[in-house]
Amino acid sequence: MGSIQSEPNKDRRQFIKNVLKGTITGSLLLVIPAGADIEKIPEQIPGIRGKDWDMSKQNFAFIVDITVCIGCGSCVVADQREYRVPDGYYRTWVERYLKTFDDEIFVDSPDGGLEGYQTPRKDLGKPVRDTFFVPKLCNMCKDPSCVQVCPVGATFRSPDGFVLVDSKRCIGCAYCIQACPYSVRFLHPETRTAEKCTWCYHRVRKGLLPACVNVCPTGARKFGDLNDKNSEVYKILSGPGVLTVLKKDMGNYPSLYYKGLRREVI
Amino acid sequence: MGLSNFVFPNDVHVHWSMMIALYPYITGIVAGAFIVSSLYHVFKVEALKPISRFSLLFALAFLAFATLPLLLHLGRPERNFNIMLTPSASSAMAGFGYIYTLYGVVLVLEILFIYRPTLVELKHQTKGLMKLIYTLLTFASDDLSQRSLDLDHKIIKFLAAIGIPMACVLHGYVGFIFGGVKANPTWSTPLMPVIFLLSACVSGIAGIILVYTLIRAFRHQPIDMDCLRTTTNYLAGFFIIDFAFEMLEVFSHSYLRTWYHHSVNALQMGPLFNSFWVWQVGILSVLPLLLLGYLCLTRVKDSIYRILAPLVGLMLLMQVMFMRWNVVIGGQLMSKSHRGFTVFHPEWFDREGIVAVLIVMSLPLILLFILSKIFPFWLEDEKEPAG
Repeated sequence: MGSIQSEPNKDRRQFIKNVLKGTITGSLLLVIPAGADIEKIPEQIPGIRGKDWDMSKQNFAFIVDITVCIGCGSCVVADQREYRVPDGYYRTWVERYLKTFDDEIFVDSPDGGLEGYQTPRKDLGKPVRDTFFVPKLCNMCKDPSCVQVCPVGATFRSPDGFVLVDSKRCIGCAYCIQACPYSVRFLHPETRTAEKCTWCYHRVRKGLLPACVNVCPTGARKFGDLNDKNSEVYKILSGPGVLTVLKKDMGNYPSLYYKGLRREVI
Repeated sequence: MGLSNFVFPNDVHVHWSMMIALYPYITGIVAGAFIVSSLYHVFKVEALKPISRFSLLFALAFLAFATLPLLLHLGRPERNFNIMLTPSASSAMAGFGYIYTLYGVVLVLEILFIYRPTLVELKHQTKGLMKLIYTLLTFASDDLSQRSLDLDHKIIKFLAAIGIPMACVLHGYVGFIFGGVKANPTWSTPLMPVIFLLSACVSGIAGIILVYTLIRAFRHQPIDMDCLRTTTNYLAGFFIIDFAFEMLEVFSHSYLRTWYHHSVNALQMGPLFNSFWVWQVGILSVLPLLLLGYLCLTRVKDSIYRILAPLVGLMLLMQVMFMRWNVVIGGQLMSKSHRGFTVFHPEWFDREGIVAVLIVMSLPLILLFILSKIFPFWLEDEKEPAG
């Protein structure tokens, strides 16, 4: 975000800026003890910090509970802030489903639900029987199409089950974007490489929950290790509740499960 | 299925735009033109002899620029060689670099061997830069003894023979790039490589007919009617099979009435109605079929044939272009939400814009002109027929 400045003022302003930066940084260093970082935040996923680096020990799963999502859009905001996602592109988004008495389905997701669904949809002119929200994000497939089609191996599946993109290798051919059945990928307009939700891999590996899970006010987004018998996701997955995945017939075996998903959801 | 016009937020962008429609179009012309040459060199269709050498140069001119649309499309074109340096074995796309390079080598070698006697002859007739070019192209070998020519002939036959499956792989592979995308219902069909290959043959042969008649008319040289009629017959044959497969794809799915049909039908009856049904099927397939029937099944006067044959060629070139457009761009209009369509807006001055497309399409023709200065297209241009 470069601001427009006239040339004569530039040096002076830059100088003042540098002085300010130096002062603030210096005084902050005095106040905050050295080594202050993400590790100081209390651990949110047990069994990661202080352990030997063994990626195959965990089996992560993501569960979205449709029945409690209120469509506030906090997850989308958190995601935008975490990754500075460019406008018009979405690593995660929330869809609003409306069902009329004729079983007609109307879906919308303005700005990916970023603003939250604060007012009811009025353009239908039909009585609505039912309405619900569906958050979408990377399905972290166990047999991912994107990994299969990537010609250079820039998209890969890590041993702990995360499908990730190496932006230093990606050639920007967009084949993975075509191949993803869930349309979670996009070509970043600045880096011109493929991008998508990572389930906040950098946070998870430090024992923190994904940003969207962290901010969800109703617990509609749940994340955890299935190998940990005490985790919430393990309890849900081993319980009697109905859990489904999106587009099961694609044969991609997602690690993203939906609780209470309706058949209308694609 | 209710279309409530909901498009997944990331499906608003059409990621594979005109350059990716152009790329199979160009490789298709390459593969088709090669088939024309092979009909003479391998299958001994003597009537095609006058255009057998020209069609190879025609193929080379287009092959030289087949990667240009891809480079213009890639987000990071500077990393393009990674496709060959660090290929991922599971990806269909990873094979491209190897297939393309091997095919290019075969094509160039075949042209050099077929033209060798001619090039040696020209080397002796020319001076200066041209002499140097001919010396390089003949690898400074002047040996035109019968033994040497016989060996050449064997090599040519071998190259032409392995060139056929390679041309088929080059283009069938392009079809598979699309046919292998299960997430897109308009692409994921095993018929896709077959349709691409057949339409490649159609576009190649149609291009040869059009350019051959145009060049001959422009230079006031006679058109070999036997050759033109035979080529048109082959065009008709390939196009009938091609069109039959294209329609088979549509009709079998509309009869099966699965989820696939409802998705594709909404697309073809919706945003693609004009470009698919009206143009690709109606004006540019049914009409040429009637014209081809008239040309191939009745006795048509040479003067009329000379006008209608290139006209059909032009129409079929456009048919294949519309087909590429409808598959590549049309296929992406349907969102993976299956509930709505996005809109494609071509830009004029974008890297993948209309001007860039026109430049990419004119470059092969410019190269063909340059090639004509080095390689005589027609046998009668030489004093002594050879090849």
